[in-house]
Amino acid sequence: MTESLFAQTVATATGLLMLTAVLQVWRRSTDASTRLLAVQGAALALLVGAIGLAEGHAELVAVAVVVFALKGVLLPWVLARTIARSGIHREDSSAVNPVSGLLAAAGLATLAYAVSRPLVALDAGPAAHAVPAGLTLVLVGFLVLLTRHRAVSQVIGFLVIDNGIATVAFLTAGGVPLVVELGVLLDVVLVVLILRILSARLELAHGELDLHDLRELHD
Amino acid sequence: MSLFLWIPLLVPAACAAAAATRRQARWTRPLGLVSALVILVTGLGLLGSITAAGGEALTAAGDLFRVDALAAYLLMTIGAVATVALWADLSVPAEPDGWFTALVCAFLAAMTLAVLADNLGVLWVAIEATTITTAFLVGYRSGRRSLEAAWKYVVLGSVGVAIAFLGIVVLYAATRSAGHPTLSWVELVRLAPQLDPAVTRLGIALATLGFATKAGLAPMHSWLPDAHSQAPAPVSGLMSGVLLSVALYAVLRLRTISDLALGPGFMRGLLLVLGVLSLLVAATLTLTQRDYKRLLAYSSIEHMGLMAVGVAIGGTLATTAVLVHILGHGLVKSAMFVQSGRILRAEGSSKVADVVGLSARRPDLAGPLLLGTAALLGFPPFVLFFTEVAIIIAGWAAGLAPVMLIVLALLLLTFIGMSRQVLAMTLGPAPDRSVDDSTVARLPRKAQAPVTVALGAAVAAGLVALPAAAALGAAVTGLGVTP
Repeated sequence: MTESLFAQTVATATGLLMLTAVLQVWRRSTDASTRLLAVQGAALALLVGAIGLAEGHAELVAVAVVVFALKGVLLPWVLARTIARSGIHREDSSAVNPVSGLLAAAGLATLAYAVSRPLVALDAGPAAHAVPAGLTLVLVGFLVLLTRHRAVSQVIGFLVIDNGIATVAFLTAGGVPLVVELGVLLDVVLVVLILRILSARLELAHGELDLHDLRELHD
Repeated sequence: MSLFLWIPLLVPAACAAAAATRRQARWTRPLGLVSALVILVTGLGLLGSITAAGGEALTAAGDLFRVDALAAYLLMTIGAVATVALWADLSVPAEPDGWFTALVCAFLAAMTLAVLADNLGVLWVAIEATTITTAFLVGYRSGRRSLEAAWKYVVLGSVGVAIAFLGIVVLYAATRSAGHPTLSWVELVRLAPQLDPAVTRLGIALATLGFATKAGLAPMHSWLPDAHSQAPAPVSGLMSGVLLSVALYAVLRLRTISDLALGPGFMRGLLLVLGVLSLLVAATLTLTQRDYKRLLAYSSIEHMGLMAVGVAIGGTLATTAVLVHILGHGLVKSAMFVQSGRILRAEGSSKVADVVGLSARRPDLAGPLLLGTAALLGFPPFVLFFTEVAIIIAGWAAGLAPVMLIVLALLLLTFIGMSRQVLAMTLGPAPDRSVDDSTVARLPRKAQAPVTVALGAAVAAGLVALPAAAALGAAVTGLGVTP
């Protein structure tokens, strides 16, 4: 892979990651959010594959395939099934409206650029310069998690945070060691499956679930 | 010898697999206790052999596992606390429940992996695995309240720990630019002086905050009272008694790296803030608490806060005190959760106000409750008295006198809050004479034994701490914080 093609691929992939994160704040449809998550997973896989090819690591290319299968296909599919079964197609329980959400996302992106200055300074390559995109994903994921109260939206927020962390990992260090990477992917899949089972049981107990209603336990 | 390291990991894993496949079989019920005893014995054995060998660590699996005196000590603590909690669970007759046993065994295996791993990444995977295995244990009763607790626990726990992973990734990037990419704890300590300070500061801060979430330190503690009060008693005992401490173990390891790379001030400031905040939260909420299982959960936040202050102080005295405190608190807290589970079963309510005159009606339930509370509040001769005094003295000597005064004041407030609630439950006349309580079956001695042994061990731990000082000193040396 030539230097300029590599730089272009990294730029495209991180651009897609940022775009999907921002649209995540904008869109209210849970179906659209799930599709955006699938695109984000695919963009992450593209990024990993590009770094693997550029650095000549066959291992990383294999990781890219696993990332695509899990984050681009499997997890969005699990979420789509959950949405179809619970019948909640709109996030109608958000604490902020789309416009203030977008403003907040812009602010968070600025914050991400400020915080990641020491990380970018470590390495002059095109990959390191994309690190703020990863941190933006983490912060936007937090925003989704904090402001939305449908169970499926919270799972999406968690996955956006996780995609952000994975982006930082691959951009700064070409990924953590393989055994750790696989362990992390396995943990994420299991957490999503557990949250799916818990939300199904909660819906059985509460009816249509707004997490605002979870306030039986307090001091 | 390195094969020996696999035993405390593989035995619980095998027990989990056996219990999951043969869910109705009677013989699966003691498998949790078997796993706990195996961990306890291997922990003791490793601690003994490492101390005898002058503190040299054992490695296995291509240096992925490394057990020094500190890891062996933690392993022993996990085993001891789990033995108390699971032995008490066995002493009450019940139907075999394969999934419960399997999840408990898998939980023990995950904690063992966290302690054995000489790799921050594997440590992270193991700590996240403890969230996964305990999620269904917290939501085990499947009522609305326990499901709510489980949901909050998994979301907050996973997100908090995800932040720790971001920190680990940043540290990895720092080692990569220093020319030697690694997550091995030993290598990180060796490389620490060459790491870029700005990047290391970011990584250490994120990792510490993430693991502090799992350790139940304020302000990231809000999941803890829910999860610990809703889980079945033995699971609450394990979570409060050792899981919090395993997360604190990760913070202890991070502190060594931070001290070498950034100087001692950074981590000390961070942990003092988290520790004092936790003590403050515990003090205010125990004063007004109405549920005795939540009261115990806030007591755990108090003790974790105190331990965080101890880690912040650093040095041999404070670190040794924190290590002994981990064991003492684990033993007493798991016994107390067992006891609270029994009171809940006998009285049918976990509200403080619904339990009156317990010592007149059920001295078999009230006695251990009072003794355990005294232990948690730091009365001598229980070991927590000595460790608390040691932490305060060490802090004073380190020039943190004002902070120590605040800590003492907050401990006093928690003391008042907790003793008020527990005395309200135990003292006073029995309210309703229409029920003749003398006919109510007392707990058989067999069922009392685990709690008695745990409280006895909490006294003995104080007495053997001096003779065992050599082993503990080796554990502290393993941490790289010798003076």
